[in-house]
Amino acid sequence: MDTETIIESLQTLTVNKMRTGLAILGIVIGIGSVIALVSLGQATQQSVQNSIQSLGANLLTVSPGSQSSGGVRGAAGGATTLTNDDAKAIQTSPQITTIQAVSPEVEGREQVTAGRNNSNIQVIGSTATYSEVHKVTIQTGNFITEQDNNGAAKVAVIGPTVVSDLFPNNPDPIGQSIRIKGISFRIVGITVSKGGTGFANQDAIAYIPLTTAQSQVFGQSYLNSIALEAKSQDVMTDAENQVGYVLLSRHKLSDPTQADFSIFSQQDILNAASSATGTFTTLLSGIAAISLLVGGIGIMNIMLVTVTERTREIGLRKALGAKKKTVITQFLTESIILTFAGGIIGVILGIVLSYGISAATSSPFVLSPQSVLVAFVVSAGIGVLFGWYPAQKAAGLEPIEALRYE
Amino acid sequence: MNIIDVSHLTKIYSTAAGETVALDDVSFSIKKGEFVAIMGPSGSGKSTLMHLLGCLDTPSSGMYILDGENVGNLTDDELADIRNQKIGFIFQAFNLLPRTTVLQNVMLPMRYAGIPLEERHERAVKYLQMVGLSERLNHTSNQISGGQQQRVAIARGLTMDPALLLADEPTGNIASAQAEEVMAIFQDINEKGHTVVMITHEPDIAAHAKRIITVRDGKIVSDRENKNPTKAKTQSNQNFRNSESQTL
Repeated sequence: MDTETIIESLQTLTVNKMRTGLAILGIVIGIGSVIALVSLGQATQQSVQNSIQSLGANLLTVSPGSQSSGGVRGAAGGATTLTNDDAKAIQTSPQITTIQAVSPEVEGREQVTAGRNNSNIQVIGSTATYSEVHKVTIQTGNFITEQDNNGAAKVAVIGPTVVSDLFPNNPDPIGQSIRIKGISFRIVGITVSKGGTGFANQDAIAYIPLTTAQSQVFGQSYLNSIALEAKSQDVMTDAENQVGYVLLSRHKLSDPTQADFSIFSQQDILNAASSATGTFTTLLSGIAAISLLVGGIGIMNIMLVTVTERTREIGLRKALGAKKKTVITQFLTESIILTFAGGIIGVILGIVLSYGISAATSSPFVLSPQSVLVAFVVSAGIGVLFGWYPAQKAAGLEPIEALRYE
Repeated sequence: MNIIDVSHLTKIYSTAAGETVALDDVSFSIKKGEFVAIMGPSGSGKSTLMHLLGCLDTPSSGMYILDGENVGNLTDDELADIRNQKIGFIFQAFNLLPRTTVLQNVMLPMRYAGIPLEERHERAVKYLQMVGLSERLNHTSNQISGGQQQRVAIARGLTMDPALLLADEPTGNIASAQAEEVMAIFQDINEKGHTVVMITHEPDIAAHAKRIITVRDGKIVSDRENKNPTKAKTQSNQNFRNSESQTL
């Protein structure tokens, strides 16, 4: 393939701009969607990971009753086997050396009102350690304190979504009150936005003291979960074992398979979410790959039409001394130029689309160099693969048959 | 020295309806420097003969020696080389590449021969000058008249300095005044030593040649010398290079 062949092919392709454009369009859409969809998938993955990680690092969560005897497995969090004493035991047990903070929690969805406004939000009963374990940052005011808990104070810390829902005209409602189940709570703090979209909006939330929540709001003496912060990432497994051992003995169970609680680490949740979003990405890539294939077949179609249309020209070229290889090169060059141009435009389109999607959904902009590379290599491959058959067909024509062709 | 040596050349086409003998045991020779017209009505086998002489088709049997080379046993690519090096084609329908400049059309065979661009350009300009088209170099082939297109085709046929210039009904698609000019070019290049073989069904065109072979039903029925070839008439005879303006 020399410069002259390339120039000649470019001339041939520019003669029929409409057809060339349509052939390229197939590849552009194919490559563009591969890049855009892979990037969308990866952005989703990234965003899920970010929001899980923002829940707290080195986090272990003990939930009651997910494993139970008799072969019946209850829903995690649905049982009543975790108590305040369990949380205290984890904190004070000399056998547990790897946990630095313990946060006993109760939670539920409640209708919350302030004046005429109301909103359905997550209400969490927690202690002062909650903010440390879950990395909650306070924007104004302060978080629930130990004194609040000891005195079962009717105070609340609310998220920014609650502020905008219940106090649309007052961005700083510290000192105002909200009503949860008819009980009035004084607002003492507002958290910084944690983001989180869709299934877990971490800003539509209110924190109240654990004691108040148990005795007056939810009316329960047990806990919905105990969140634990391990001393470091490396001791997560040790921490899980130590806590499990202490809880088993407290619950007088000898067989770990009989445990009436379960322990998840942040990593478990992250892995599960990653595998789900990974499947999503694969699915998207599959769809994009099909459109790329269709684009390639489009190119082959155009090249086949071109061969038929230019039969006389091919015959003439052979009569004037063009060898088989020369004719193949000419047609392959044309189809490679088509896919190459389509590939470049497609890559640009894909990047622009990914950027647009990430801007529109305020998800992170992730561009994987691999997907760009793969898309480009595939498009070049399509040029050769789908250009080969028409080129062979053209080169195989008998000069006399081709010249006579009308 | 013989440019063409044909012995017992036969071409049989097999179709569903049966076999058709297009060329039946034909033998003749053409010497270097001859100007031969092959005549015959349509269906006589003259086109088949032209395709065989042009190495565009292969005979069913018989031998064809072109410029000392037996072309019977060559591969497709070797035949492509023979057509490129030894034969200059002129077709009834001109067969120039559409939307391509005159210059590029003339340079095409030299490109397949691997001649460097500079030399190609130089030679193409030289032959286009010779056929009186030096001012049309960058026109595309569909911007010029039929007679001019045929002259471009002649220039293209000559650039490789072939042993044989093979013309298939070269005047079939052009007006008679322009046909005369084409004949004038043929006579001129023949005088310069080129061997010209022309296929035609028009007796007054054939009359320009020095030898006339007549074919009928696949056989040669006459092969005679034309002692008094018609001198091609152009408005400024012998000076067809400047006749371009009349063809506009």
